[in-house]
Amino acid sequence: MAQVTQLIHDYLRHNKKFPHVYCAGCGHGIVLGSLIRSVHGLGYAKDDIVLVAGIGCSGRMAVYVDFNTVHTTHGRALTFATGIKMANPNLKVIVVMGDGDAMSIGGNHLIHAARRNIGLTTLVLNNNIYGMTGGQYSPTSPVGTVSATSPFGQLERSFDIVDMAMASGASYVARGTVLHATMLDGLISDALEKPGFNLVEILTPCHTQYGRKNKFKTVVDMYQWYKKNTVKLDRYRQLKSEEQDKFTPIGVFRDEMRPGLETRYAELRNKLQEQRNA
Amino acid sequence: MSKKKGLAKVTIYPDWCKGCGICAAFCPAGVFELRADGKSHVVREEECVNCGFCELHCPDFAVSVTPKEISRRKTDACVDPRVEAADPSAGTDPGPEENVGTPNREEDHGHKKA
Ligand SMILES: Cc1ncc(C[n+]2csc(CCOP(=O)(O)OP(=O)(O)O)c2C)c(N)n1
Ligand code: SF4
Ligand SMILES: [Mg+2]
Repeated sequence: MAQVTQLIHDYLRHNKKFPHVYCAGCGHGIVLGSLIRSVHGLGYAKDDIVLVAGIGCSGRMAVYVDFNTVHTTHGRALTFATGIKMANPNLKVIVVMGDGDAMSIGGNHLIHAARRNIGLTTLVLNNNIYGMTGGQYSPTSPVGTVSATSPFGQLERSFDIVDMAMASGASYVARGTVLHATMLDGLISDALEKPGFNLVEILTPCHTQYGRKNKFKTVVDMYQWYKKNTVKLDRYRQLKSEEQDKFTPIGVFRDEMRPGLETRYAELRNKLQEQRNA
Repeated sequence: MSKKKGLAKVTIYPDWCKGCGICAAFCPAGVFELRADGKSHVVREEECVNCGFCELHCPDFAVSVTPKEISRRKTDACVDPRVEAADPSAGTDPGPEENVGTPNREEDHGHKKA
């Protein structure tokens, strides 16, 4: 068996049912592979990683991978992760959420985790839909999206996850896609090594609930869409604004190297202890 | 670097393959074919240029590409260079001849033309 696939198999929980539950072509599996390659490439021990996931198809990742895992409740992954990181800052805490998870029910947690700049690596798997529950539109569904809850096209302006994370104060923010898998490995690895709140938005297709209703004949068409409609950030910035409207930029949007809340907290604790002992 | 063919063994694990068709659609060498059994099949292994795209993109970890010459690599045989490519700058600028047949091949099909 070749090294890449073998490596991934080494990190899976083989007592779980495989193939995993994801639909054919669902990008969530590619994200799982990319995360495993990144963790392995950086040489972290499995036991030093805590993967905290919400509920949703994306959240099921916590079931399959052999790190310390916490499969929490819908929308609250960041709250559990915050507690874990504050209690044991030495752990590498990775949070996996869907777009519904992170931006609707968990939107407030995301804003405040980013504002606090707590040292978490957050992957938001954005498939523009509530996959698991039958395809209701999400805060990232583009205007016009046909879904179970918007049969005539949804009318609300959607959130840009990257803008939201940056406005809220995250110190590292990036966007990738599951088609650009090598780049995604790089973004996740990069995020894992940065202090503070790191967020990587990952564009990933859900053909079952989103694609089929929105003019994508096959799941492969959705990957082709990423190919045609995304552009590297540096190139995007050179485009004229009317050209920019046609593309979604991918890359690193912010990289500020600011210390996480847990570090500032430890510093305060040490300072107060010194004062008391003086 | 010219891309040599036939240097890799390509294996599909049918129990894990869900037949999504990503490998068949994106393989630059046409190695795969989706068949009526709903699975991807290796039909032209000899054309494989060992780019690793299928392996990186199979959502079900159901395909592997094993370079036949792996033991002759000067790197430790246990370390596949693709695994080490975890660098944000990796893949941003594939050289002209590197376009097809590297794990970065999506780059030249993607936004390069934009
Ligand atoms: C408190 C609570 N509210 C609602 C639900 C139902 N629910 C489960 S998953 C989900 C949305 C999933 O969408 P997303 O987070 O985008 O993940 P995806 O399945 O698309 O990966 C919802 C609403 C729940 N489990 N718990
Ligand atoms: S419903 Fe959508 S998100 Fe869920 S497994 Fe299927 S394709 Fe993936
Ligand atoms: Mg979703």
